[in-house]
Amino acid sequence: MDAKDILGLPKTPLTVPQEKKSRPQKDSQRKPDGISREVYALTGGLAPLMPAVDVSQLKRRPQSDEKVTWQWLPFTSSARTDNLQLYHWVRVVNGVPPTGDYSFAKYNKSVNVVKYTDEEYEKYLTDPTWTREETDQLFELCERFDLRFIVIADRFPSSRTVEDLKNRYYNVSRAILVARAASPGDVSGHPLVKEPYNVSQEIERKRALSMILSQTKQQERKDAEVLAEAKRITEARIAARSAEESDMPVASNVSPESNEKNIIPVETVSPSSNVQIPPTTVAPPTSTADNLSTLNSLRGMRVYLRTYALEQMVQAASSSAGLRTIKRVEQTLQDLGVNLKPKVPTKSVCAEHLELRKEILTLLNLQKQLQYKEAEGSSHRDGSYAETPGTPKRSQRAGEQDRTFIPDSISFGGERVGKRDQKRKAPAPPSPAQSKRPRKLKASD
Amino acid sequence: MHSLSTKKHGPDQPDIVGPTPKSQRSKMVKSTEDGEKKNLNKRLKDVEISVPIVYGNIAFWLGKKASEYQSHKWTVYVRSPTNEDLGVVIKRAVFQLHSSFNNPTRVVESPPFELSEAGWGEFEIAITLYFQSDVCDKLLNLYHHLKLYPEDESGPMSAKKPVVVESYDEIVFSEPSEGFFARVQNHPAVIVPRLPAGFSLPPPVPLEDVNEKKRFDSKDNPLNQWFRNFSEADELLQLAAARQQVSMNGLFSICIY
Repeated sequence: MDAKDILGLPKTPLTVPQEKKSRPQKDSQRKPDGISREVYALTGGLAPLMPAVDVSQLKRRPQSDEKVTWQWLPFTSSARTDNLQLYHWVRVVNGVPPTGDYSFAKYNKSVNVVKYTDEEYEKYLTDPTWTREETDQLFELCERFDLRFIVIADRFPSSRTVEDLKNRYYNVSRAILVARAASPGDVSGHPLVKEPYNVSQEIERKRALSMILSQTKQQERKDAEVLAEAKRITEARIAARSAEESDMPVASNVSPESNEKNIIPVETVSPSSNVQIPPTTVAPPTSTADNLSTLNSLRGMRVYLRTYALEQMVQAASSSAGLRTIKRVEQTLQDLGVNLKPKVPTKSVCAEHLELRKEILTLLNLQKQLQYKEAEGSSHRDGSYAETPGTPKRSQRAGEQDRTFIPDSISFGGERVGKRDQKRKAPAPPSPAQSKRPRKLKASD
Repeated sequence: MHSLSTKKHGPDQPDIVGPTPKSQRSKMVKSTEDGEKKNLNKRLKDVEISVPIVYGNIAFWLGKKASEYQSHKWTVYVRSPTNEDLGVVIKRAVFQLHSSFNNPTRVVESPPFELSEAGWGEFEIAITLYFQSDVCDKLLNLYHHLKLYPEDESGPMSAKKPVVVESYDEIVFSEPSEGFFARVQNHPAVIVPRLPAGFSLPPPVPLEDVNEKKRFDSKDNPLNQWFRNFSEADELLQLAAARQQVSMNGLFSICIY
């Protein structure tokens, strides 16, 4: 294209041979051997690395010299201990039935439950809370039900908890193991010996699990809030600690330099006990998220820029808000026609700016709460538990409302009230403030 | 709160009659000076002194005389918004230029705190302000991005109309010393709060005038004609209107609920 232009070559190439080339290529793509096109396409149009299926085997017809019949024949399985005679269809080739065990017998696995003798019982296994009989019953059930303790607990004649049964079983097995071992070193690797069954722990664990399972949604939310708060606090603490640590070496570097500069002025004011750090380069740790602490740290700096102070106060005020909320605050400011950073940051301008930001934050929180209440209210009314406050429908609608009514300065009240009307099917009283506002805004315009 | 009503006639000083021996006299003077110094250094709690400043640059395109490496003549400066004399607070300003300049660390020891150069490139200039000895022994850093080319790139560059980029800010001194307060309380470049009635300050001690030559009058600066006017009134109005709107929205949210 451009290259051809530069070279001065003709732009229209011969199209005919191109077409011919593309067509046979496509054809070969369409017909993989053995499988239909659609199935091949399921693999992504490329051959799999390892052919999962031997393609040549798929369309294999039975060999012509073989004669295959199907017969209803009896069979035996090594997995069965009784002599039950069962029948099934068998593929007979040339009159010869297949040999070998029933193909599924190999899956009959069982657990090696220990078998103790009377002697051993007397020597190692006696327990005040368990009779010999009970223990025997337990072991019989264990073998019968392959250590499925839930079932065993159901079947057990006297009512004992699952943990109790487990405890007895594992203790006995462990004792036998240790007793039969040639030396203690032999068995020390065995999992039963290394980590014995801990009844109390198990009981606690299951109780905790069931508690979590049965938590109501309210509790879940509360827990999530607490966790988030804790996380924030720990992060704040870590940030404070790391900031302090970074302050220390910086401070020690700067103080010898600035001490030199003090020699020049004739009247030396008593050097401040605070370490002399250029205030605009190192931010003091204001992660305690308290306006008062910000003020204190600013005061300690002795000299600072008003814009820097405003930044710190804004950060402190919005420390409780997430990133999305902060972005929404900034969006609101822009919609109101306010500079995100004041152009003339005098004391009063900065104070007003900070107050405005705080008010917007409060407003956004109020709106969010309103959303939640509405969502809860409507879900109770409809009786549908599927709708949660966080469903995309709701938040979208609310978001739209946010964006439409703030810049719409004069008539927003009417719009918003109108929308509520549609929802509630009840007339909202016209607020007296509505008539006042247009006039006030005009004055400021 | 303290009041220094009798300084020179302290109770511990004897009445001097007749010529005093020189040594005694100098000792007396020194002790009162020390006493005064201590009072001057005393800090005023919950008081802040603010000095509004405007810092930025002004750049002229050299037009016909422009060369490849010197296309613009620019001046970076720190001034008072009403063009008052900042020397009352600032002792010196150090402008740190791009390393490609000779002696990139330029020190300006007296007002006007400005630095002129010629060049072609835009870069960040670090301005370090050092304050008078009774003001603050810490320094303050400002950062300004030097702007030579106009925002509107398509327009032709004019050698007559300079590009001016300024930022308004205020230097806040928290818990200033009494001496500093006394010295600047009536100066137009400085904003001081009203002290409670009955509060008396020590008499101000003027700064040592290092340069004996004619004091620079900031109002005579030829660049004044290009400087912007910063008025807080517009911004205050804007903020007040915005706050009102926000509180209205809040009221609605509550009413509707």
